[in-house]
Amino acid sequence: MNFSEVFKQSNQLCKVSPDGKYLATCVQYRLVVRDVSTLQIMHLYTCLDQISHMEWSSDSLFILCAMYKRGLVQVWSLEQPDWHCKIDEGSIGLVSSRWSPDGRHILNTTEFHLRITVWSLCTKAVSYIKYPKACQKGIDFSRDGSYMALAERRDCKDFVSIFVCDDWHLLRHFETETQDLAGLEWSPNGCVLAVWDSCLEYKVLLYSLDGRLLSTYSAYEWSLGVKSVSWSPSSQFLAIGSYDEKVRIINHITWKKIAQFEHPATVESTKTVYKEVERRPAVGTDEMSLHNITTGSTLFNTQSKYEICSLPVQIPVVKPDPDRANPKIGVSVLAFSSDNHYLATKNDNMASAVWVWNMQKMSLEAVLEQTSAVRCFQWDPRHPRLALCTGNTKLYLWSPGGCVAVQVPTEGNFLGPKLNYIVLRYRKGAELQ
Amino acid sequence: MGEWWTTEASMENCEISSISHVTMSPSRQNNFVSSYLFPLAKSSYSVISAFCTEDNVLQCISYINQELASLGLCSTYIEATSPEGTGLNAVPALNAIYELLQIHRRTMSTVEALEKEQLKKSSTMELMQTSNTRLKDQLELSIREKSGLHEMERQLQLKIKTLQSCLKTEKDEVQKLQSIIASRASQYSHDAKRKEREAAKLKERLSQLLVDRKDKKLAIDVLNCLGRSDGKRGHWKTAKATASHEGEMYKSLLSDYEASQKSLMLENAELKKVLQQMKKEMIHILSPCSSSGRGATADDSQEQHHDSDGEEKMGDTSRETLDQSCEHAREQLTNSIRQQWRKLRNHVEKLDSQVSQVQNQLESNKEMIPLETHEDEMERMRCEVQQCKEFIHAQQQLLQQQLNTSFDDETAALLNDCYTLEEKERLKEEWKLFEEQKRNFERERKNFTEAAIRLGREKKAFEEDRASWLKNQFLNMTPFTDRRRCSSSDGHSALSVRSEPEIRMSSVKAQLAKSSTYTTFSTPRSSQSGAVPSTPELYRTLRLIPESSSSRHSNRGLWQECSTIEDGDNQQPPETCFPPPSVLFQSQKRHKNVGFIQPGDHEKGGTAASFRGEHKPS
Repeated sequence: MNFSEVFKQSNQLCKVSPDGKYLATCVQYRLVVRDVSTLQIMHLYTCLDQISHMEWSSDSLFILCAMYKRGLVQVWSLEQPDWHCKIDEGSIGLVSSRWSPDGRHILNTTEFHLRITVWSLCTKAVSYIKYPKACQKGIDFSRDGSYMALAERRDCKDFVSIFVCDDWHLLRHFETETQDLAGLEWSPNGCVLAVWDSCLEYKVLLYSLDGRLLSTYSAYEWSLGVKSVSWSPSSQFLAIGSYDEKVRIINHITWKKIAQFEHPATVESTKTVYKEVERRPAVGTDEMSLHNITTGSTLFNTQSKYEICSLPVQIPVVKPDPDRANPKIGVSVLAFSSDNHYLATKNDNMASAVWVWNMQKMSLEAVLEQTSAVRCFQWDPRHPRLALCTGNTKLYLWSPGGCVAVQVPTEGNFLGPKLNYIVLRYRKGAELQ
Repeated sequence: MGEWWTTEASMENCEISSISHVTMSPSRQNNFVSSYLFPLAKSSYSVISAFCTEDNVLQCISYINQELASLGLCSTYIEATSPEGTGLNAVPALNAIYELLQIHRRTMSTVEALEKEQLKKSSTMELMQTSNTRLKDQLELSIREKSGLHEMERQLQLKIKTLQSCLKTEKDEVQKLQSIIASRASQYSHDAKRKEREAAKLKERLSQLLVDRKDKKLAIDVLNCLGRSDGKRGHWKTAKATASHEGEMYKSLLSDYEASQKSLMLENAELKKVLQQMKKEMIHILSPCSSSGRGATADDSQEQHHDSDGEEKMGDTSRETLDQSCEHAREQLTNSIRQQWRKLRNHVEKLDSQVSQVQNQLESNKEMIPLETHEDEMERMRCEVQQCKEFIHAQQQLLQQQLNTSFDDETAALLNDCYTLEEKERLKEEWKLFEEQKRNFERERKNFTEAAIRLGREKKAFEEDRASWLKNQFLNMTPFTDRRRCSSSDGHSALSVRSEPEIRMSSVKAQLAKSSTYTTFSTPRSSQSGAVPSTPELYRTLRLIPESSSSRHSNRGLWQECSTIEDGDNQQPPETCFPPPSVLFQSQKRHKNVGFIQPGDHEKGGTAASFRGEHKPS
């Protein structure tokens, strides 16, 4: 693995273009676009204020930079560096800005979720969508970019509107059987919409594209329910992570549960358990130079390696505080590998462990036990390879063949201890920033 | 006793007193004590107030007499020797004293016995009392325990009551809380709705205000408009567009359903393939097992046969219908599969049980034959079998050769026939028997001829005798009486040989050999008939007929025939009744001829069969 020099960034805004050719980073109010292969700066754009959000358009031609504080959105073109676009949401405020799938429209959500403004870069036209619901995931585009599902709240009832992204035509509008809709997500084939209720009730509803209710799934009652939902890339499975520390897999034919993955504190049956072991490098007397101490590279950075533990393995569990809202318990993150073979999960009260499940055998494939809490993980878009970070200067990779911890070289203590969050982006599965 | 009283007086005063009273109460004892101990005590008390003084001797005597009489000692009457009473008639007094002493001794012994008894009784009483007290203690203890338990029960009851009341209150509380929760929830939801409505209203208002204010800032500033990503131009929102959207949606849905259906079909087809293969294999597996299972019991095998037949039929039909629409075939298919599966399961279970049995046996035996020795043994046995086969083959060849050289093919075949061999054996035996009989007959004939010769001679002698006698008679009638007398005396002497044989023997030694036979058979019938005796008579007298002949008659028809012929008066030579040996041999030969046609036929049949067998497969 090769590492570039460290680039400056702010607000953890650092994104690789969808085609994988460019890398955009934001430093304060500047947007820097680099060529990934050469890492040379291609363009440098200056925005009006500090950038709070940055996003590539789907065709990798435009970059959206949102400045929420000022209610401004600026769009930059890679092809025409002198082309510019500025959208001012005015006094109504701005909380979220995103591209439409075609890369020619920008959807701005105003403050208090008053409305969603759709700006067209083609016609300068503006359209409003009223009553958007402020929730976990209230808006989702289908994978092919032709439809948008939007959660709405009117008269204390939940509705879902399906728009055709082409011309923002309202295709369907239907009420959902939810108490308090928390999120919706299209299946990758764009034909089924999964809608789930808030954590107060375990309820997952599956709607067809034309608004028919296909099925309802509820695993239990009277307890905190769904925490996370994820479709498998093949649309065959819907994984539901819930507050009872379990993942339930629903199939796409009968919409019934076909498997249930538990996250026990004592792992007894799996292929391997990788445990990260930290080891401080032995500091020789000759290395104890002033330079080393001042830079602190060796002092702050410890080396890690994985050890394979013999079963059973006890995983550290943190008991959540029952009096606080949103308890740190249950499966909060679910991610299928691109080839559908594996599912990675994280249970919040075992924050230091990542569980990898084999979807063919419906069994636990591996458990990665880290020394500190896992911040995020992401699958390689091409290969069954999982990258995760725990907020230190190391990057961890898992593949069916094994597990490796990589030290990210940092220059002294400039970034090392502060680097809490590494944005994981694969560039076609080869390099990593 | 005193101790008892002191210790236990407080507790069981009355009881013990009653007991003591009971023990002391017997009147006899009391009487003895009173009647015996008092005088002693009195005598020891004072000499002055003595019973008898010189003055009152008489009174004393009379008193004593009375007393004695009352005691039943009437026989001894003490008398005073003198009226003054100075002297005492010694004899009765002594007698009385003796009697009294006797009584005293007796009473003393009884008293002793009674005392012993008393002691025993008192000890038993003590024992009883201790046990009594112990039991009382126990009783008290148990009573106390019981009361304690009662108390506990009462407490528990109380507790239960309190708990029940607690439960009731808790239930009430729960109900109350539930109602509170419900009311709060409703209140909360109501409030939430109200707030939400308010928020919605506010939002509405805000947006209205914003719209009213004509916010100048709300604007888009684009250098130049971009083309659409797909390169097309924008469409007007028309009904047509809406319809096309709908169409697009349904098209995508349809394509998705089609794709899913296709995948399902593929999956289904694959599953069907697997199913069919499984079915085939199942049938394949099950059919030999069912055929092997036929050996078990007739009914079972029949059933199985039926089943397997039905199964195969079912399999065929299902296979046929499998290609047809699935709807109709499904039930049949599942049924047949289920059936076969059941069968397979049974089979596997059976196998399992067998395996377990075998394992058990092996475990119990703990003797595993090593594979090598087993194979060695097998090899050895195979070699042996081969050798044996070769040996048999060689023998057969040799036999064949021998037969070929000695006889023609037919006789060789005959010799192979076990039945004819046996027959031959039997005939041989018969032949032997026949030879023996023949010898017997030969001997008998010899005897007979000898006897006949002797008879002839004797007859001749007799004839001569008679002629001489007749001559003598004739001569007697003639005047030559002397001669006749002389001859008669000769005859007389000849006839009287029987009565005086010793004289005859001593006198006529020269005629001994002849006369003995002559006398034995000629004498009894000499008077009856002068004819020649019949053959059986002759035989009987000569004892030429063997005693076992009767049994032989039954055994052998041939012999019987001969004997019957013999029984007849016509005297045939024995050779005629048996077939001559040459004839017999011929018959044997004929028999052989008859016999060995069959094996020849058989052989032909065998070859034909084998020929047919060769042809059959083609």
